[in-house]
Amino acid sequence: MIETRKLNTQPALKRPDDFYNALVDMHRELNEEQSQLANAKLILLLANHIGDEEALEEALKIAAEGLG
Amino acid sequence: MLQTHQNPVYEYARSPDQDAATPVHHPLIVVGAGPVGMAAGLDAATQGIPAVILDDNNTVSVGSRAVCYAKRALEILDRLGCGQRMVDKGITWNLGKVFFRDDQVYSFNLLPESDHHRPAFINLQQYYLEEYMVNQIERSPQLDLRWKSRVIAVQDEDDRVRIRVETPEGEYSLTCDYLVVADGANSGIRKMMGLESSGQVFQDRFLIADVVMESDFPPERWFWFDPPFHKGGSTLLHRQADNVWRIDFQLGWDADPEEEKKPENVIPRLKAMLGEDTRFDLEWTSVYTFQCRRMDRFRHGRLFFVGDAAHQVSPFGARGANSGFQDTDNLLWKIKLVLEEQAPDSLLDSYDTERVPAADENILNSTRSTDFITPKSKVSHIFRDATLLLAEEYPFARSLVNSGRLSVPSVYRNSPLNTPDTEIFDSPMQPGTPSTDAPVNDDAWFLQQIANNRFNGLYFSQSAGSLNSDEQAILSNLASDSPVPLNLLVVDLDPAASCPAGVAPIRDSKGLLKQRFDGRPGTFYLFRPDQHVSARWRQLEPKKVAQALARATGRS
Repeated sequence: MIETRKLNTQPALKRPDDFYNALVDMHRELNEEQSQLANAKLILLLANHIGDEEALEEALKIAAEGLG
Repeated sequence: MLQTHQNPVYEYARSPDQDAATPVHHPLIVVGAGPVGMAAGLDAATQGIPAVILDDNNTVSVGSRAVCYAKRALEILDRLGCGQRMVDKGITWNLGKVFFRDDQVYSFNLLPESDHHRPAFINLQQYYLEEYMVNQIERSPQLDLRWKSRVIAVQDEDDRVRIRVETPEGEYSLTCDYLVVADGANSGIRKMMGLESSGQVFQDRFLIADVVMESDFPPERWFWFDPPFHKGGSTLLHRQADNVWRIDFQLGWDADPEEEKKPENVIPRLKAMLGEDTRFDLEWTSVYTFQCRRMDRFRHGRLFFVGDAAHQVSPFGARGANSGFQDTDNLLWKIKLVLEEQAPDSLLDSYDTERVPAADENILNSTRSTDFITPKSKVSHIFRDATLLLAEEYPFARSLVNSGRLSVPSVYRNSPLNTPDTEIFDSPMQPGTPSTDAPVNDDAWFLQQIANNRFNGLYFSQSAGSLNSDEQAILSNLASDSPVPLNLLVVDLDPAASCPAGVAPIRDSKGLLKQRFDGRPGTFYLFRPDQHVSARWRQLEPKKVAQALARATGRS
């Protein structure tokens, strides 16, 4: 587990099930390639919204943790 | 193919040095008469150092090669006497446009601020620049450019460098205090000395086509990602002088360079891009690959590697020749002070301290551009396309689009020659930064006033228009006691105000000196001979200026 200073890893979504459903739903009509593109766009949009470099670095670390 | 330009042939001429009984000694020898080698020679001459320039060829660049010259390079060329001809002949541009598939994604202006003498960029075929430099060298009695002279051996002795030169009429030896090595990316001298340049080779090929056409395309940099006329690749269009247009196609690693550059293969690509009906002539084609690499150190004893011999970048960003000029700009004033024993030899180490990080900055930027333009993995390709898709409508994504981060001069932020700020300034002109420009006097420019190869001071007096007796005494002493040549400029002195010897007034004709340097009353800036800021204070204190000068010349 990675300790974070800036990135909020505590629950922040008011209706988590709704968001999760919307996320999966976004891909419903998309093929594999389009899904990947949509995911990439989503990451870029959210990264810019967050803006905080330290929070983003923490998120990058957690995302890759235990994978490679 | 049509030719808009005829390469001159420079005759080999026998030098009296070839008939000397013992090797003739020169303070400075430059190896390589490309743009950076010639800049080294011209810089030496403007500093008052006689120099010999040796080149194994007898003409200028074959093909247009480096075409984009950045503002800072033009300012350096101004100091060397070639800037105006470049700007007169070149195509000035500030605007870049980026396209993805069928659509324009966004455009950018590289010089959003007005009132600078030189534009963000001009485009000009490299052979014109080289011709202007040769002309300038021929005018200088202190320079001796020897064609068809190949250096075949180099020996770094304790107190001098000994070289062996091969000519059509046999070999001879020379010695020098310092050898500037500007023999290009495949530097023969680097190999001779057993030195390496290491880094990354990019597995991609690019086709350059120079075409001559009458066209109403504006003088802008147009960059296409995955355009309809060249699916899957990228394309760059740039205007040069004489209605010559540079077009650059990304081909991929598997392309056969010999096949691709044949006119019968190039012309269909161009027709797809320019339209079947556009009339054009092909002038020059070339297929290139590139590397991003550098030597560990650029100084090796009495040898100084400059330009591509020391470091190489991808062409995206125009950071090759432009950074080479910054190398010689950095080096020659230091060599001058050391040769004249006004600074210790250790000052020359700062060439490494300042230019190695600059090379890293250029390599980093050009590597990142290359990775964006030619993504190396499926996932980086997806992110690249996602960025471009967003960029057309969402401004945040435009800052992520990287079609080349175009050359800006390096700031020597951590240089030991700087005197760090101790006060607050509302100006980005921190120590280590190349000076900004501003209109001054009548139709003149600030950078011209400090292009004198000396240290310069810029003073904003306590009370507008005049100097009090303390200020006069301090400035007068600074000018007369300085251990190195120092020019002093005082902003906006009344014509009738008294001005001590060694001090000159400068008129801030649009108030921009004051604005760009945050020149509140009492502010003093010290500039090095290469126009980088060395120190700045809110108050003029002679002791601090003396200490800063000592630091900037490696004496403390």
